[in-house]
Amino acid sequence: MSERTLGAYIHVPFCSSRCGYCDFNTYTASELQRDGTTVSAATYAQRVIAEIAGTRAQMSDDARQIHSVFVGGGTPTLLSADDLVLIIKALDVEFGIAPDAEVTTEANPDSVDREYLATLRAGGFTRISFGHQSSASHVLQLLERTHTPGKTWQAIAWAREVGFKHVSVDLIYGTPGESDEDLIATLQDVAKADVDHVSAYSLIVEPGTRLAARVARGEVASPSDDVAASRYEIIDEHLTTMGLTWYEVSNWALPGGECQHNIGYWRNQDWLGIGPGAHAHLQGTRSWNVKHPAAWASKVDADESPVADREVLDADDIAREDIMLRLRLREGLPLDGLTEQARAEAELAVLEGLLVPEALADGSAVLTFKGRLLADGLVARLWA
Amino acid sequence: MAASKPAPGATDPSIIRNFCIIAHIDHGKSTLADRMLQITGVVDPRNMRAQYLDRMDIERERGITIKSQAVRLPFQAEDGIDYVLNLIDTPGHVDFTYEVSRSLAACEGAVLLVDAAQGIEAQTLANLYLALENNLTIIPVLNKIDLPAAQPEKYAAEIAHIIGCDPSTVLKVSAKTGLGVEDLLNEVVKQVPAPVGDANAPARALIFDSVYDTYRGVVTYVRVIDGQISERERIKMMSTGEMHETLEVGVISPEPIASKAIGVGEVGYLITGVKDVRQSRVGDTVTVANKGATEALGGYRDPVPMVFSGLFPMDGSDFPVLREALDKLKLNDAALVYEPESSVALGFGFRCGFLGLLHLEIVRERLEREFNLDLISTAPNVVYRVVMDDGSEHIVTNPSEFPSGKISEVHEPVVRSTILTPNEFVGAIMELCQTRRGTLHGMDYLSEDRVEMRYTLPLAEIVFDFFDALKSRTRGYASLDYEPTGEQSADLVKVDILLHGDPVDAFSAVVHKDKAYNYGVAMAAKLKDLIPRQQFEVPIQAAIGARIIARESIRAMRKDVLAKCYGGDISRKRKLLEKQKEGKKRMKMVGRVEIPQEAFIAALSTDDSGAKPKAK
Repeated sequence: MSERTLGAYIHVPFCSSRCGYCDFNTYTASELQRDGTTVSAATYAQRVIAEIAGTRAQMSDDARQIHSVFVGGGTPTLLSADDLVLIIKALDVEFGIAPDAEVTTEANPDSVDREYLATLRAGGFTRISFGHQSSASHVLQLLERTHTPGKTWQAIAWAREVGFKHVSVDLIYGTPGESDEDLIATLQDVAKADVDHVSAYSLIVEPGTRLAARVARGEVASPSDDVAASRYEIIDEHLTTMGLTWYEVSNWALPGGECQHNIGYWRNQDWLGIGPGAHAHLQGTRSWNVKHPAAWASKVDADESPVADREVLDADDIAREDIMLRLRLREGLPLDGLTEQARAEAELAVLEGLLVPEALADGSAVLTFKGRLLADGLVARLWA
Repeated sequence: MAASKPAPGATDPSIIRNFCIIAHIDHGKSTLADRMLQITGVVDPRNMRAQYLDRMDIERERGITIKSQAVRLPFQAEDGIDYVLNLIDTPGHVDFTYEVSRSLAACEGAVLLVDAAQGIEAQTLANLYLALENNLTIIPVLNKIDLPAAQPEKYAAEIAHIIGCDPSTVLKVSAKTGLGVEDLLNEVVKQVPAPVGDANAPARALIFDSVYDTYRGVVTYVRVIDGQISERERIKMMSTGEMHETLEVGVISPEPIASKAIGVGEVGYLITGVKDVRQSRVGDTVTVANKGATEALGGYRDPVPMVFSGLFPMDGSDFPVLREALDKLKLNDAALVYEPESSVALGFGFRCGFLGLLHLEIVRERLEREFNLDLISTAPNVVYRVVMDDGSEHIVTNPSEFPSGKISEVHEPVVRSTILTPNEFVGAIMELCQTRRGTLHGMDYLSEDRVEMRYTLPLAEIVFDFFDALKSRTRGYASLDYEPTGEQSADLVKVDILLHGDPVDAFSAVVHKDKAYNYGVAMAAKLKDLIPRQQFEVPIQAAIGARIIARESIRAMRKDVLAKCYGGDISRKRKLLEKQKEGKKRMKMVGRVEIPQEAFIAALSTDDSGAKPKAK
C-alpha cells in the first residue's frame, strides 16, 4: 500500500455568521458561547496540534510523508495567520511534509489582507481558495453571504503579489433569483482575475437550513435541475474559453493548476482528518471525529482519540467507492477493475452519449459533457 | 324461561317466526339486532358487544354485513306463549343481491328499517322490492327517533306511500336505547305468518349461506321447508348431486347449539366436514340421500362474476403467497374466481372475477390484511363478448386481450339501476347518466321532495367511478342500486397506452369510441406527471390499434449529479446511491423505461387525489 499518497485535511469549525444555505459543521462565536464551551478560534490551533501529535503516535509505523494539506471550514481565515502556519509546522514536524507538497487554505476575501496572506505564504502555504460564490449582490443576499463581491478580486491580487502560485475561486450557481446574466457577469469577473482554478457548485437546498425553511414556506423557488444543467453549460463554456479545463465534475483548472489534495479524494488515496467532524481514510478504513467542537476539545484535552466511529470497507465497498469517485475525474475510471456486466453498461453508456467512445476503447470510462451531469445514475449502473 | 324453551327438532311450526331486517348501511340494523339479542336474553349482558352478529373485523369496521347470520331467539309474547324467532341477518349491498334474495326466501316476514333522519335509500328499496316479490310480510319501522334531526312523520308518510300502508302503522324505535324494540318483537309474532311445510315429506332445506371455519370445515346455514335434517344422516346437494354425511346439526342462539335434528320451519346449521363452500352453494336445496325429494326449491343460480381486475403482488416473490391466500379465501367465497395472469409491466399475478366493486374491495382488503400482502390492482373492467366478422366469438375479461382484427360487434353487460335522490339533484343526475350512456326508464316521486329514477346503464360505466361522481354531484344524498339485466351491443374500442413505443398492458382499457380520445389524453397527462424523468425523452402515446389519438412526452433528465464529493461526503454518498439502486430494483421496467410502483398505483386509481408527485 506504500504507493498510496497521504493527505491531511484540517477542519476549522468557525464562521463569523452562518450562511442560510450552509449545513457544514461550523459554528459562530455566539453559538459556541451559547453551548457553554471554551473552544474558540484563539485556542483552536493548540488543540489541532495536540490531535496531530496523537494521530502520529497511533500510526507510528506509517513512514509516508504528507503529500498535500487542505485547511477547510468553516472559515479557516478566522484563525490568525500565525496559528495556521503553526499547524502546518506541526504536520511537518510529526509527519514530514514532502518538498513539492501542495498546501491549501480556504479563505474568506473579507477576513484577509496582504500581510495575512504574506504570512501564510512564508509559512509554507502554496495555494489559496477564495469563496466568491457570485458577483450579484442579490444572489449573495439570498445566500446570506457577508462579503462584498469586489473584495475577492483585491484579495486575489494580493495573493499573487505575495507569491501564491495557485489561486482558486469557488462559485455557486442555480441560486433562486439568479439569472443567466448574473452568472455570466460573475464569469466575466473571474476571467479578469488571475486564477488558475475554479470550483463551481450548483446550490443544493440542504434539509435543516434556513434556505430549506424558506423554500418550504414558498418564499423562494427551489432551483430546478434543468436550470442548473443549463447554467453548468454556461460555466463550462466560459471557463473553457479562458483556458481552464474540467478535470472533475465541478472543478476546472489551467494545466498544472489542479488541486492535488482533492484529486487524492477522487483517486481514493489516504488522508488524515483533523478537527471536529473531520473524516479520515486510511488503509481501507473510513473514520470520523466527534462533531461538536466542545466534545472534540474535551477528547483532545484528555489525550483521547476524538474518533467517533469508523467503517472498515470490504472489497465490494472499495470497488463501489472507486467507481463513484474515479468516474468524476477527467482522467477516467480504468475498466480493468469492472465486472463484465459493468463493462456492458459502459458500452451502452457510450451509445447513450454519456461516455467518450475513444477513451472506452483505450480502457477507461470518461464522461462526456452530457455524462458529467448524469454521472450519479451511471455510477449506480456501473455497480453491476 | 329456560325450562320452557322449545327444543330444536321438536318445535311446533306454529310458534316459529322467521324474519329478516332490510336496512341501509348506518340505518342501525346491527344495533337493532344487538337489542333483540339482549331483550330475548340469549346474550348475557357481560358478553354483549356491538355488532354481535358481524364476525369479520372488516364487517365491524365498515359497519356492513358481508356474510349472513341466523340467530334463534326465544321470546315470550304478550299472549303469554313462548315463541321461537329466527332472525336472519342479511348482507346489504348491491353486489350481493342474489345472496339477499336467498336469505329473504328463508323468511316469511321482513322488518323494513329506515333511519328517521334520512329516509329510505335505493338499496333498501331494491331489497324491499325483492321481499315483496318473495311475498314477505313487511313490518315498516323508523329507527333513531331519538335523534334531534329525526322527521318521523315525513318518512312514515314516505314509507306508507311506497308499501301502501297507513302511516300510523309505521313503528317507531330507537335501537340505540331499546325504545320500542320489544313492541316490534310482539308485532313480528302477530304479523309474520308461521312457516308452513310438510313434516312427513322428504326433507328439503334451503341453503342461504355457507361459511368456512378453520376447525369445523364448512358450516352451512339452512332453512328447513319440509321434513327434517338429522345428525349422522346422508344428505344430498340437489344442484350437484353430491352426497355428504351430517356430522352435526343445530341452531345458533347466538352460539352454535347442536341438536338431534332440525325440523319444518326451523333455521339452523349443518356440518359435513367438507372444506370448500362451493360444495354448499347458496340457493341450493339439501335433501336426504335415501328417498330424498325429487324437486328442488326454486331460485338457485350459479354465482356469475361481473367485474374483473388483475391483482399483482408489489414484490414479485410474493406470488406464491398470493396464490395460497386466494386459495384460502375461495374456501369461504363461492363467487370468487381467479386464474394466473402475467403482465409485462406488473409481472405475475391473478386475473380475478368478482360480483361487483365492493366484493373486489373486500377481497383485496382481506388479502392485504389477513395475508400481509402489498398488492397492485388494475382498473376494474367488465366482461365483453366480441363477435368477429368471421363469426367467431371471444369472451374478454382482460382489456389487454381484446382482439385486434375485424370486429363485427362488441357486447357489454348492462344493468337496471334505481337512484333515489332529493328532487333538487334530478338535473345533475340526468346529466351524469347521459354522459355515462344511460337510458331513462321512468321517474316517480316517493314523497314531495324525493324522487326515484330508473335508468339502464352499461355496467362498465358504473364500475369506473359512477358512484363517486353520483355522490359528489348530489352532496352525498343520492343512493344507487342496480342489477344486471343482460347485454347490449355498443361502439367499444380498446385504447392502448405506449411508453417509448412499448404498450403497457396494465393501462389498456376498453372504452366507448366517443370517450376514447378523452381517456387517452387524460391517461397520457396523468402518466406524464407520475413517471420520473429518464435519461432519454420518453414519448407517451394513446392508441387505438395503430392510430395514435393522444401524445405527451417526458423530457429527458439532464442532471442527476451532486456537485460536491469530497472526503467527508464519500460514505454518505455511497450509501445514498446504494439506497437509490435498491429502490430501482423495485421499479418496473417497460422496455428501458423505469416506472416506480407508486406511479402504477396512482395511474390505476380512479381517484385523482391519489396521484402523488413523482419521485425525484
